[in-house]
Amino acid sequence: MLSDALQTVLHLLVAFLLPPLLGGLIARTKAFVAGRVGPPLLQPYYDLARLVRKGSVISKTTTWVFKAGPVVSLASSMLAILFIPLGAHGPLLGFSGDVLLLVYLFGLGRFFTASAALDTGSAFEGMGAAREVSFAALAEPAFFFGLLCLCRITGSFELGTMLGPQLGSAWIAASAPLAMVCVAWLIVLLVENSRVPFDDPRTHLELTMVHEVMVLDHSGPAFGLIQYGAALKLQIYAAILVRAALPITTGNALTDWLVFLAGLAALAIAIGLCESTLARLKLTGIPKFLVGAGLASAFAVILLAR
Amino acid sequence: MRTSAVLVSLDRAPLLTVTPLQATPLASIPRLPWEEVRGAIHEVVASGGRILALFGHVFEGQERPDLLVVLGGLHPGQLLLGRAVLDDDRFLSLTLDCEEAHLFEREIAEQFQVVLMGHPWLKPVRFAPPWRTGQAAWPLPETGAPVPGSGDFYKVEGEEIHEVAVGPVHAGVIEPGHFRFQCYGELVFHLEIVLGYQHRGVEAAILGGPHKRTLHQLETVAGDTTIGHATAYCQALEALAGVTISERAEYLRAAALELERLANHTGDLGALAGDVAFLPTASYCGRLRGDFLNLSAVLCGSRFGRGLVVPGGVAFDADAERVKTMTERLDAAMVDLRSAVSLLWDNSGVIARFDGTGAVAKDVARKIGLVGVAARACGLERDVRASYPTPVWRTLGIQPCVEEQGDVWSRAHVRWNEAKQSGPLVRNLLQSLPTGPVRQPMAPLAADALTVSLVEGWRGEICHVALTDGQGALQRYKIVDPSFHNWMGLQMALRNQQISDFPLCNKSFNLSYCGHDL
Repeated sequence: MLSDALQTVLHLLVAFLLPPLLGGLIARTKAFVAGRVGPPLLQPYYDLARLVRKGSVISKTTTWVFKAGPVVSLASSMLAILFIPLGAHGPLLGFSGDVLLLVYLFGLGRFFTASAALDTGSAFEGMGAAREVSFAALAEPAFFFGLLCLCRITGSFELGTMLGPQLGSAWIAASAPLAMVCVAWLIVLLVENSRVPFDDPRTHLELTMVHEVMVLDHSGPAFGLIQYGAALKLQIYAAILVRAALPITTGNALTDWLVFLAGLAALAIAIGLCESTLARLKLTGIPKFLVGAGLASAFAVILLAR
Repeated sequence: MRTSAVLVSLDRAPLLTVTPLQATPLASIPRLPWEEVRGAIHEVVASGGRILALFGHVFEGQERPDLLVVLGGLHPGQLLLGRAVLDDDRFLSLTLDCEEAHLFEREIAEQFQVVLMGHPWLKPVRFAPPWRTGQAAWPLPETGAPVPGSGDFYKVEGEEIHEVAVGPVHAGVIEPGHFRFQCYGELVFHLEIVLGYQHRGVEAAILGGPHKRTLHQLETVAGDTTIGHATAYCQALEALAGVTISERAEYLRAAALELERLANHTGDLGALAGDVAFLPTASYCGRLRGDFLNLSAVLCGSRFGRGLVVPGGVAFDADAERVKTMTERLDAAMVDLRSAVSLLWDNSGVIARFDGTGAVAKDVARKIGLVGVAARACGLERDVRASYPTPVWRTLGIQPCVEEQGDVWSRAHVRWNEAKQSGPLVRNLLQSLPTGPVRQPMAPLAADALTVSLVEGWRGEICHVALTDGQGALQRYKIVDPSFHNWMGLQMALRNQQISDFPLCNKSFNLSYCGHDL
């Protein structure tokens, strides 16, 4: 079967080359539902290739923070994905307590993205940063309580174990809490990755944007980094959710990989269908959903801890 | 509603009662001091009337402009005309008593360098050079006109207040306009809209006309209202020339006007869906708008109806085969439109976004003089097709589509109801086309006359006022696009709203920048 070395190579390829494809799949799904042909599946890659070849315009009012934003945010995502098991293959890095690091890596990336936005001094970007940070503050408990559930179920603080093979049997013992965590995480995934109904990645209207408005001033390669970082972030959340919802470990590496990749594709298509059929929420409605997700996660913890 | 009998009973009636498209000799309009006319306008507005147009014109041999006013809304089918003399460059503003005069007075101050004393917000409308040297109401740079967007903005002070400036360059492919929000977090306290970037000098270009180009300039006053403005213009010329167009031409004009309404309302419903990221209706309506535009192309070869309406009638006839093609395509598109828009009303997420967003109260709408879709969404029955009908509209008998809430939902719903009304209207008009020619020869325009031409364009009331000189040439041509009345409505709609809802509110009004800027 697949040797471990081969799996590691595959792991790296999936971790760093696959992310833009998810975006392509979402776009294709939306186009299909709308009755259009839509952009090629590989369009996000073409876009990245185009962006890195471009020059950048950097506002004179900005400092190094503006340039550091995309770099730090991408670097933190790239580091974070190494701690995530992809499919049944264990993570490339891991230690007991790395689950906390994951959350803080997300926090670091967000801090620098928001700081870079504030650095421009633009009213739009300040508004976007305020929105992003407020929603993140509400999304974090939902995400964190979910992780706590997995810690409790697997008795480990290491992501590799928490999302590892034990999870399959845990679904039999603790299906209700796990299901609640999955629902909460789906909401977190949609919010954190600026998807409909919480944000509209397609919109050109600055005043309604949440995430996109923070990166309005970035251009060229820096914007490419942001786009790639966003795709990577989506993949991390998707990988965690797919692993939590579909913890199938057959022992056959090839099957495990296929199940995982099919799970990712199904999630991307589900996001596409969501975006094709749902209207966006009012901005004031988003916190309600996030608090709801947080409560679901917290309740799952209570169920497990009783 | 009080009647104008009050006014008539005065010793000298300051206002003259006329009907639209009546060539009124200029000499028959009483020429009275501004104070008297101002009082009369105030009285008419207070008793339920409204200002359709208020503008200045420097008549030959005069130093200062006379102010001309067209009032309506008191009696169906009747208008009141007034003409005021100014004896000073400074005179008392009407806006103090009558808010809907606000922008008209700013325009007068800008064009004629007069100062309206007591005007609460006297600043340029279009940042255009003045037409006359008088007393400038604001400092003018050496270039003759202030830079668009310059000058003071209404400001809310406070540590926690922040200002958001949007435009004039926007992210989408839309026209330029500057929006200045005073925000408290996500909440908008105040929005000020500054336009003028699209000013082309349409009114000035018409002077001495009609020229060969005038019709084409009028067609593009607001490019999406080609039929509306061209019809208003042609009606005015025909009224001044004493030409009655054939019934067939009138039917074709009405059909084209309704097609324009149908196309734009469809596009707007799709755009509203797009703004709340509801893709099904957005995608569907984008295509359907094209289908309706193509129907205009079947009629005259232009999707926007350019070249169809000409003085004396219409330039293209619809033969039986064309009528058949159009009816078939129209029926198919109406079926699709019904299913596309029903998706919108059936989606609770969409309704939650539309409902209660950007509401304008009825009394505010009346005060600031909203017209068209925006006014009807607030419960005001303002529709030129019903209140000032031309013969074809009198035959058809339009019931204005009115909603009560004044929010995005109401504005969308008015559009939908009107689209549902327009489809069968176009069908009826095409099916019952009277026989006869479609174009009459034009005659010279009456000298020293004035006429008011009204058309209910898809956005609302289009008012053109044409004044001829002693030779029968146009000495003044005033255009009031519905957007000129309604931009203030958008500013009011944003009060105490989420700033993130601005694009949705904006789309629900969908006003014209160039129609305002002229």
